[in-house]
Amino acid sequence: MRAVCWWGKGEVRVVDTPDPGILNPRDAIVRVTLTAICGSDLHLYNGFVPTMMRGDILGHEFMGEVVEVGSDVKKLKVGDRVVVPFAIACGACFFCRKGMTSLCDNSNPNAWMLDALNGYASSAAFGYSHMYGGYSGGQSEYVRVPYADVNPFKIPNGLPDEKVLFLTDIFPTGYMAAENCGIEPGDTVAVWGAGPVGFFSAASARLLGAERVIVIDRIPERLRLVQEQCKAETINYEDVDDAFETLKEMTGGRGPDRCIDAVGMEGHGHTIDARLDKVKQLMKLQFDRAHSLRQALHACRKGGTVSIPGVYAGFIDKIPMGVAFAKGLTLKMGQTHVHKYVRPLLERIERGEIDPSVVITHRATLEDAPDLYQTFRDKEDDCIKCVMQP
Amino acid sequence: METSTQTHGQTNVGSVERWLSVVAGSALAAYGIRRRSIAGFVVAGIGGALVHRGATGRCMVYESLGITTADEQDDSRISVPYGKGIRVEKSMTIDASAADLYTFWRDFENLPRFMKNLESVKVTGGNRSHWIAKGPLGSNAEWDAEIINEIPNELIGWRSLEGSDINNAGSVHFTPATGGRGTVVKVVLRYDPPGGVAGAAISRLLGEDPEYQVQEDLRRFKRIIETGELATIDGQSTGRN
Ligand SMILES: NC(=O)c1ccc[n+]([C@@H]2O[C@H](COP(=O)([O-])OP(=O)(O)OC[C@H]3O[C@@H](n4cnc5c(N)ncnc54)[C@H](O)[C@@H]3O)[C@@H](O)[C@H]2O)c1
Ligand SMILES: [Zn+2]
Ligand SMILES: [Zn+2]
Repeated sequence: MRAVCWWGKGEVRVVDTPDPGILNPRDAIVRVTLTAICGSDLHLYNGFVPTMMRGDILGHEFMGEVVEVGSDVKKLKVGDRVVVPFAIACGACFFCRKGMTSLCDNSNPNAWMLDALNGYASSAAFGYSHMYGGYSGGQSEYVRVPYADVNPFKIPNGLPDEKVLFLTDIFPTGYMAAENCGIEPGDTVAVWGAGPVGFFSAASARLLGAERVIVIDRIPERLRLVQEQCKAETINYEDVDDAFETLKEMTGGRGPDRCIDAVGMEGHGHTIDARLDKVKQLMKLQFDRAHSLRQALHACRKGGTVSIPGVYAGFIDKIPMGVAFAKGLTLKMGQTHVHKYVRPLLERIERGEIDPSVVITHRATLEDAPDLYQTFRDKEDDCIKCVMQP
Repeated sequence: METSTQTHGQTNVGSVERWLSVVAGSALAAYGIRRRSIAGFVVAGIGGALVHRGATGRCMVYESLGITTADEQDDSRISVPYGKGIRVEKSMTIDASAADLYTFWRDFENLPRFMKNLESVKVTGGNRSHWIAKGPLGSNAEWDAEIINEIPNELIGWRSLEGSDINNAGSVHFTPATGGRGTVVKVVLRYDPPGGVAGAAISRLLGEDPEYQVQEDLRRFKRIIETGELATIDGQSTGRN
């Protein structure tokens, strides 16, 4: 089959590989009909995630049709149309049974690596480095899916692929980010980043009753999309002296009630702390650039909530802990427990409350992946979200 | 095994090192990764970190082995008779009843399903069993063991008999976790630091890092019990095959 493979920092290749086979009795094989590139893939592409190997098949946002099931698969059938969450869950452990599927104890064959790094291992994910299990991903014609009665979710015919594909990650990610905010009537929610995750955070904040949504980014077409689709107000942080002051003014001197950092560790910034971060990152002294996180902590209302769907890893310097403490903030974060959200969000799509496909700007085939990765990384060509058909 | 670091110079070496330095405080990363040859890609990428562990790994290991001449188990039911030697203790919480876990473990012939370096265990009658562990280059270490302590659904203790390639003893304890959250399975192993052929076999059996081995064996036990299979990527399709 054809598959998009990580080939080194800044390089992906589309190569011929064997078709995947069933390895465990609870596995299934899915023929991929649509797959996407995620902001999280850019962390791999940009070489920020260790334990990638040349030839690893990328992709954790994919859907398709079941073509084979293992001997212990009970509910899933050949021919079922499914979306598959990016986090791999066993369905049986303490964490899975509590709905915290991205913290599954059992799915990661290399759990020892994350144990070593973080003390306790979280779940595996598709196409996301060997410390996250080393599973081949879904930017390919076929993909092996473990625990097939737990991970794939059946999707009724009738809804097009483009409307349901993002149930695999970014819609639930934005939704969980908004849910973690604990939005109350009258709340103003500020979202850093107008990428796909920022978009779904803003859209979900609306679904969950936020009265105002303010989105901060520097890319005009992304800001335009959240204005149009989420009735968001926007701040282009390159046009203002200080996004903090602007936010404070916009919220009557009180600050946004809830803040969502949908940027993560590759954030960009032009203030002193951001430049220092960049230098340190280049000099390998520090892993993350955390400008947006600092700003969110700073800007948030007293007693408010800062929710962090953007990915961070390692140590980060100069997190204003004193600010968070003084203001009595609540912090929530983590990988999305996608499984918990697939069905309720599918229902919202079926009821027409949201059309996730509006973020798609680029439609292509797997063969175009090398160009698309670059276009998406560099935010060229008004690119917001790329989908690929095998 | 080809690695990102081999093909892309310093960048990834740098990032692996950074990640290691992230946890260098506990020395656990260097410690954990160093033990794992399956992670050829990591090991190959560690570069400087290998030097680092050379400097710091030793004593960490020594400490973690808890090498001691005293037998701190004063509970006479517990079978750790070889007071001198290496002692390992590890716990894992598993979502099953103590009775189910006990029953699975008590059938010693099940042990090689999750103890990676055991070739086979045969029950030879009564409380006795014959154990074969995989050694390097096809060599094996063998011993006979007997159960010396047993409380149904709570604990099993065993020790090797005269004439063993490795003198060893172990016990496994099943204790209900709080709030009905499964069962805490605790393994205590003790063995004589081996020499000669048997020494080679035992260092493979328990690895350079016995804590790690026991931890991973327990993890496999948990996975078999909770999910019925062991998570794997061995044999999957990639751009390397
Ligand atoms: N928690 C999860 O489970 C999960 C799931 C998916 C993605 N993510 C993470 O979410 C983050 C965003 O993903 P995405 O797909 O939207 O990526 P993306 O790269 O398309 O979007 C990031 C956006 O942030 C903007 N930005 C950069 N610096 C900024 C700053 N200082 N202030 C405001 N905006 C800034 C960029 O211009 C860009 O539009 C990534 O870190 C990704 O890994 C997390
Ligand atoms: Zn994603
Ligand atoms: Zn699980």
